[in-house]
Amino acid sequence: MPIIDGALEMRQVFYQSVGRLAAQDERVVVLDADLSSSSGANAFAANYPDRFFNCGIQEANMVGVAAGLSAGGFIPFVHSFAAFISRRALDQVFVSCAYAGLDVRLVGSDPGLAGHANGGTHMALEDVALMRSIPGVVIVDFSDPGMIDPVLDASMRQPGVYYFRLFRKTRENLYPQGTEFELGTAYIAKDYGNDATIISAGFIGMREALKAADLLRRDGVAVRVLDMFTIAPLDAGAVLAAAAQTRAIVTLDNHSITGGLGSAVAEILAGRTATPFRRLGATGFGEVGTLDYVLEKFGLNAAAVAATVRGLLGV
Amino acid sequence: MDSALEQELQIFAENIRLASLRAVAAAGGGHLGGIFSMAEALAVLYGDVMRVNPRNPAAPERDKLVLSKGHCGPGLFAALALKGFFPLEDLLTLNQNGTLFPSHCDRQKTPGVDMTTGSLGQGASSAAGIALADQLARRAYRTFLILGDGELDEGQVWEMALFARQRKLRNLVALVDLNGQQLDGDTRDICAGVANAGAMFASFGWNMLAVDGHSVREIHAALQPAAGVPMQPTAIILKTIKGRGWSRLEGKPKVHHSVVDEAQLREAEAEITRRIASLQAAV
Repeated sequence: MPIIDGALEMRQVFYQSVGRLAAQDERVVVLDADLSSSSGANAFAANYPDRFFNCGIQEANMVGVAAGLSAGGFIPFVHSFAAFISRRALDQVFVSCAYAGLDVRLVGSDPGLAGHANGGTHMALEDVALMRSIPGVVIVDFSDPGMIDPVLDASMRQPGVYYFRLFRKTRENLYPQGTEFELGTAYIAKDYGNDATIISAGFIGMREALKAADLLRRDGVAVRVLDMFTIAPLDAGAVLAAAAQTRAIVTLDNHSITGGLGSAVAEILAGRTATPFRRLGATGFGEVGTLDYVLEKFGLNAAAVAATVRGLLGV
Repeated sequence: MDSALEQELQIFAENIRLASLRAVAAAGGGHLGGIFSMAEALAVLYGDVMRVNPRNPAAPERDKLVLSKGHCGPGLFAALALKGFFPLEDLLTLNQNGTLFPSHCDRQKTPGVDMTTGSLGQGASSAAGIALADQLARRAYRTFLILGDGELDEGQVWEMALFARQRKLRNLVALVDLNGQQLDGDTRDICAGVANAGAMFASFGWNMLAVDGHSVREIHAALQPAAGVPMQPTAIILKTIKGRGWSRLEGKPKVHHSVVDEAQLREAEAEITRRIASLQAAV
């Protein structure tokens, strides 16, 4: 995995991209809930002090204010930790944003196990399930900073409620610079062969999925890896193609086993294919520890993925 | 305010009661108690104060209103119909299958409805966002927010109160319908503190005015832009009576939601039309 020397953190890339949009479009504004130095929104605030609103520690009001800003013609980007922007402000997202038909971009940082340093209260292991249950919400889990510009550009052409999962601090690039990504289309991250397909999304999941593909290749198992960075609406065509063209499918969620990417894939596959299929995702509540520790504990690391693929193939 | 305008607004308030009564009766029942308690406030807002255009309901250059006590939507729809946003008879489709008039406010369905509400407390924040949008866009228009007193139980209202003061949303005017009753009973038996709504908003740094919520003259005076300290949002406490204007409901316990049968409809219509006739005779 290349780490480009002096590369920016994901959060810096994200708010640079928002700043680029703000320069082009005066409707773009940014809200945060006393986490702007964590989210990186403070860099936007420095450049656009009149278009940044620190709402204080009040996620419900912040999401409602964002809905009002949208009703008044603005395009708000609204950040809190993934656990809070989803669990804590869910009814505001549902009623004031989505049901009201408004245009709001929700940014949830440190999704899933990325909250490992803060433990179970801060680990969003159900945010995708919650957002996926709201009609029309577009969910993107960024695995590589190169996705941010094209996804945000596409979002400007298509109003609605967006939920962006953002692993803040990584500087690692999973893909070569210049790789093209299209909102709504799965990215084929590896295509070693047709023995099986591994589907994941987001930096933590994709890094393990790519490692698993390399572990399997050493053992003579050649897999395809799909980066399903647009979790909703799901690229059903890519899932069905994998089911038709490869002999097994394994999904890896940086999220609960209930309601996440694996569930979304299962909804596509159910009744349509007999291709062997397993889902890997977290069960129970999160806890503090290192990322390696929690990945191991929940059985979501590369070794677990590789073992699951081998199990399905009987090799 | 001259007496001709006062009488016009009093008649407007009674017509709001009459039209929303008929809509609620057509639907079989609804939240008449809280609709009737805010009828004078709606009449002053839509009858004189608010700059809105029924032929261009979504124009950015307009005053906005968020009815955060969204279950009282039929009262707002009545005011909008009387103002010419849509025909009065459309209100009779309230809550019918496929209607454009669901009893909880829906900005995507009903022309002139500025925000979707129904989950209490949320309209507070969206109103603040709309007021902030007008400030950012340098549009010199106001946003009016109608809150119920039971709704003040919601913490989100007080989050918004902090936010609006911090952002100096002087173009935001919250009207609190202090009718003293919520679904399960009297507010004093549930979260009694909301009776101090005026002091609470004042302590949050808002301008605060308290008026007789059934006096169009007092409401009108409180809604003049000059009232209050510049750079602060304004809270107007409307001291009201739940169910005001129909003797079967007015001041009675448990009138949050009412079923209206044919005989009761006639009875209420008679009371309201008698008042309208006497107001018209006085003009």
